[in-house]
Amino acid sequence: MDFVGFQQELAHAPATERHTHNRWEPYVDNGGTSLAIAGADYVIVASDARQSNGYNINSRYDPKAFRLSNDAILATAGYAADAKRLVEVLEQNAQMYYHKHDRVMKASAMAQMLSNTLYGRRFFPYYVFPILAGLDNEGKGALYCYDPVGNMERVVYRSFGSASALVQPFLDSVVGFKNQRGVDPTRLLERDQALKIAVDAFTGATERDIHTGDWLDIFIVDRNGVTHEKRELKHD
Amino acid sequence: MNRFVEQLTKTDGADLGESFTGASSMPAGLHFELAAGDNPASFTQQYTDVASEKDARIKIAHGTTTLAFKFREGVLVATDSRATMGNIISSQSVKKVIEINPYLLGTMAGGAADCSFWERVLGMECRLYELRNKKRISVAAASKLLANLVYRYKGMGLSMGTMVAGWDDKGPGLYYVDSDGERLTNDLFSVGSGSTFAYGVLDSHYRYDMTVDEAKDLARKAIYHATHRDAYSGGVVRMYWVNENGWVAYPLEDVGELYYQYHPEIQLTNSTESPLRVNASA
Repeated sequence: MDFVGFQQELAHAPATERHTHNRWEPYVDNGGTSLAIAGADYVIVASDARQSNGYNINSRYDPKAFRLSNDAILATAGYAADAKRLVEVLEQNAQMYYHKHDRVMKASAMAQMLSNTLYGRRFFPYYVFPILAGLDNEGKGALYCYDPVGNMERVVYRSFGSASALVQPFLDSVVGFKNQRGVDPTRLLERDQALKIAVDAFTGATERDIHTGDWLDIFIVDRNGVTHEKRELKHD
Repeated sequence: MNRFVEQLTKTDGADLGESFTGASSMPAGLHFELAAGDNPASFTQQYTDVASEKDARIKIAHGTTTLAFKFREGVLVATDSRATMGNIISSQSVKKVIEINPYLLGTMAGGAADCSFWERVLGMECRLYELRNKKRISVAAASKLLANLVYRYKGMGLSMGTMVAGWDDKGPGLYYVDSDGERLTNDLFSVGSGSTFAYGVLDSHYRYDMTVDEAKDLARKAIYHATHRDAYSGGVVRMYWVNENGWVAYPLEDVGELYYQYHPEIQLTNSTESPLRVNASA
């Protein structure tokens, strides 16, 4: 191989390509998966805790589901640093709301606030795919999912992150009863069924997605508040 | 209620805040953070996936068929419900008709967040207009408010193709507004990746002199055929009718079931006993 020729070739690379080599890169995909399922009087959130960058694992336990208040959980996927900053901003705004209105911010208000917060960065987005879980004003499980710039949709179940293309079709089948006859697609799951499905989804995702694994954080929100449990996933 | 309206429309505005005294050109408190560097606009476009085919990191919900047309009894608005991020279908249940207020509708094509955010701002501006002027805003004025709002951000990468439909003193109103600052009025519009297919159906069957049922049939057919040919469109057909009393929403219709209605020769036989078998008897 003509090494000198190779070097010359590199020196003649177009200016734009040389420039891209040390371009400012503000975003990293840290992988990982989040999932949430809403029920009649509860909502369940599950996120794995592996944080990775390419083929490297940065951390085996770096949670990406956050407890925002006594009845709201934020599950994230995408860039961990942006997610953590977003949580700080939301917590500050919720605190300001509390002091201004002498009332704890409800999940529905939090949902709209999150959308506005994300859109406030429309031209320098948070690289985060958030799911906000809480209870609505009637006490029913409420899930709101977003794109990175704040498009909001209320859903019954949702998965975001590196294994979402594996997990979402599974949920469509067992939670949404999509394309099945003789079943009521609006039926909501019982709590123990939903928990079992969430755990199964993550053991499956861990098996087939390299960015998902290590530990599983599970939050359940109901009228008594939030419960948290930590389960082990495979570490390979 | 009336007392508040009077208070807010007082001419001197002495003991009211500055923001209540006149029509502000910009909603209060709107502030967008920009990336550091010489050209924040090019930063946004580099990392945000505005045109669906680009390999940008941040994928934004995209892809649509929306349509609206005026006819004898008002305006009919219809959309599909699919959102895509790259090749993934991120939702099959998007609300692409935005209810600005009880007699104004906006549609969503392009960036979902751009449409829903700016039409929410438009809703606020329309309400302020009512309080200031003691009358409802016209569709022409509302659509121009939206066009002016997004024109301030031209070149920054907003992606929005919307139709504003409503009813005012002049009767039915229909305007097309997009993020380039374009604003048009006509009897018939279709926007989004599936619009060419919808136009094909609409142009060949559209008559101004339709009944509501005929208009619904036409809109349903146009959306259905667009979802059939455009991979970025799908889900359910969502329809609204705007008349002199405001808008009416109709039940959602799954395009998966419409398939068998438009193709009666094909029978669905994939029951649990014989999965994946389709009888084409014709």
